[in-house]
Amino acid sequence: MSTSAKLKREMPQRYRMEAGKCTTCGYIAFPPRSICPECQAREFDTVILPDEGTILTHTVIRVAPSQFTDEAPYAIAIIELGEGARVLCQLVDCDLEQIAIGDPVKIEFRRIQAEGKSGVLFYGYKAVPA
Amino acid sequence: MVGIIGYGAYVPRHRIRVEEIAKVWGADAPSYKRGLMLEEKTVPAPDQDTITISVEATKNALKRANINPAEIGCVYIGSESHPYAVKPSGTTLAEVIGATPDVHCADFEFACKAGSEGMFVAYGLVKAGLVKYGLAVGADTSQGAPGDALEYAAAAGGAAFLFGTERVIATIDETFSYMTDTPDFWRREYQHYPQHAGRFTGDPSYFKHVTGSANGIMEKAGMTPQDFNYVICHQPNGKFPQRVGKMLGFTREQIEPGWLSPILGNTYSGSSPMGLASTLDIAKPGDRILMVSYGSGSGSDSFVLTVTDQIDQVRDLAPHVRAQLAANKNYIDYGTYAKFRHKILKAE
Amino acid sequence: MRKVAIIGIGMNKWGELWDTSLRELYTEAALAAMDDAGVARVDSMYIGCMSSGLFTGQEHLSSLMADYTGMAGTPATRVESACNSGGVALRQGFIEVASGMSDLVLVGGVEKMTDVDGGMATYALATAADQDYESFHGVTFPGLYAMIANAHMARYGTTREQLAMVAVKNHHNGSMNARAQYPFEITVEGVLDSVRVADPLRILDCSPITDGAAAVILCPLEKAKEYSDKAVVEIVGSGHATDTIALHSRKDLSWLGATYTAAQRAYAMAGCKPEDIDLAEVHDCFTIAEICVTEALGFFDKGDGGPAVERGDTAITGKIPVNSSGGLKSKGHPVGATGVAQIVELTEQLRGESGKRQVKNARRGLAQNMGGSGGSTTVHILEVK
Repeated sequence: MSTSAKLKREMPQRYRMEAGKCTTCGYIAFPPRSICPECQAREFDTVILPDEGTILTHTVIRVAPSQFTDEAPYAIAIIELGEGARVLCQLVDCDLEQIAIGDPVKIEFRRIQAEGKSGVLFYGYKAVPA
Repeated sequence: MVGIIGYGAYVPRHRIRVEEIAKVWGADAPSYKRGLMLEEKTVPAPDQDTITISVEATKNALKRANINPAEIGCVYIGSESHPYAVKPSGTTLAEVIGATPDVHCADFEFACKAGSEGMFVAYGLVKAGLVKYGLAVGADTSQGAPGDALEYAAAAGGAAFLFGTERVIATIDETFSYMTDTPDFWRREYQHYPQHAGRFTGDPSYFKHVTGSANGIMEKAGMTPQDFNYVICHQPNGKFPQRVGKMLGFTREQIEPGWLSPILGNTYSGSSPMGLASTLDIAKPGDRILMVSYGSGSGSDSFVLTVTDQIDQVRDLAPHVRAQLAANKNYIDYGTYAKFRHKILKAE
Repeated sequence: MRKVAIIGIGMNKWGELWDTSLRELYTEAALAAMDDAGVARVDSMYIGCMSSGLFTGQEHLSSLMADYTGMAGTPATRVESACNSGGVALRQGFIEVASGMSDLVLVGGVEKMTDVDGGMATYALATAADQDYESFHGVTFPGLYAMIANAHMARYGTTREQLAMVAVKNHHNGSMNARAQYPFEITVEGVLDSVRVADPLRILDCSPITDGAAAVILCPLEKAKEYSDKAVVEIVGSGHATDTIALHSRKDLSWLGATYTAAQRAYAMAGCKPEDIDLAEVHDCFTIAEICVTEALGFFDKGDGGPAVERGDTAITGKIPVNSSGGLKSKGHPVGATGVAQIVELTEQLRGESGKRQVKNARRGLAQNMGGSGGSTTVHILEVK
């Protein structure tokens, strides 16, 4: 399938949360970038994002896109993982009515999407209450 | 000295009680709870499978072992619920922890014995000097057909073990395997649920192989039940490990720390490995442990382990099994369970 | 640079137009605009459209639309900038006329959204987010704006009721617009009781799925009277800005930076300030969006967008009427057409042709059109001569 290349290409970020850290200003680029949006420098070190953080904002998706309709309702949050690194991901294993800004969370490895019943499986990071 | 240098387990958060399942099928919950000694079982979230559970268990094992994952020479996952029929689970695990590409990798399947099988081989490779570190995981999102007795026990969870020669927390002193061709439980290709041979799964299968393996390793090592502080036998339900322990001459106190099935269920390939992890959580330096797995078909792997001083350094670096079992439980009803486990037919 | 005038406008009645195809939608609006301007041909054409490929399977709208407006041979360009496609198409047309490259330019916008089911429409719209780092995780557009809403509510105390009041106001305005998809009044209680879409947003906080098109004809200001004897409306300011595509990459999750920057650029070109604007059409794809946009445009201080709606400042009779057309909320939101339809509304208002929803003494209007969760914005300022 054509999605195999994409799945493979994105593994460093989806599986290991590899980011780029600007050697000049410390900006954390996730995913990695070629040029720093803060200082335009082009040298980055590869770093692994911390697996703990806090919720900056959140929602509960009740009307989902076609490939997620079986999962609805599910929570999505923007998570601050330290040093200014932020990710958007699902927040699972939580009470959908009790999510609050500032809640501590940790990252777990979960299945994100499946390509139909017979295609490839996409894994990656989700947040769970800490 | 060759042995375990790190261990870790993962327990999903969702639970379903025996009463909730019994209610749907009009079954007598009190008799199931008494007869099988089961209270509740874990249920994987819809986004969890053998791969995700293996990753989380391995992350906990790595916290305790504190090694460079790139130096892991073999990665084995034992399971009977590998997400792909063809395509390894272990490659994903190896990629996530950063063990690729200089690594040997294989998925094991031998009903509930696949986890200990991986441990057996990983330990052997380390002992042979072929790899520096070996990783073996037993994990399952166990299948049990709706309404079948298995449904009360089929649970989700896993445990991971890293083997090495330095900073060993438990040495492996002896191994033994006992197997015969015994059709007590199986799942044919393309079938969703396993089938079993009812009472034939008892004496001629589970009890024969577990006692055969346990007695075999004790004879080989020149030991008796009194030489052990703890014993872990495969736990298809709450009752079998208690009964087989008694048959072998072990006391309830020796069985207790690793006896998780009443509140965990049967995590198939994860069952005896999780029992071992739970026992290591409380074991003291010098303690001797006997672990005996069982996989239908049928076979049983045994290990004699001796805990070292290193255990006190690493025990609290990752969550204990019983702490995970107690934390953040979310009880679900049968409808939610059926949805999570994809037991509801939807339009294509 | 030449000054640019709008001499023709056209738009259909919007809604779920089961009997009308993509090409028919566009052609209807384009021909209406050409008739309004009194022209039979144009020199060049821009078509704003976000996702005709996913919605209908049709790409290459440049050829299709030039062909079906009877002008095969004419240069045509399809412009895509998510829900800001119409706004960017207008800006490209403006630049082409201002530069002297062409005299008569047709700017149209179109989206045919009801040929797919709801799940597919939600998916198609979500392609405007960061596909690999937002959409991949299952977030939707209502979800992204819901997260902006939660951030805004937490930071400024914006209330759930104030969000609802945006929808109530815009439906009131839309009830006076014959072309609106949902031209009926709603209540705050009705919004708060409606189906949850992405907490805290409910279905009546959301703009609908709409089939529709809109078109305008541009020409050099000095030639406007050669074509049309209607009041001449000039585009006096055009501002365009981008922001990070991913919401989570922005330092302030409750602030629309691209809207602020585009507005500053448009004000500078027009030589005016927020308080000089008589009315505005803004991108209320969700109720929270209108609140954030009115703050970024400088109509209200940060955090005062919610209270401003409650005070009635944005009503047709208020200090700065916002979305007299009914906005995306009531009028509908065929994504590629929205930015052009805002210009249709402002032109009508500035000509004094808006009937019951006419804003009194409307001399200068502002249109703000936005793509994604605010990743691109155009702001245009129009004046009647």
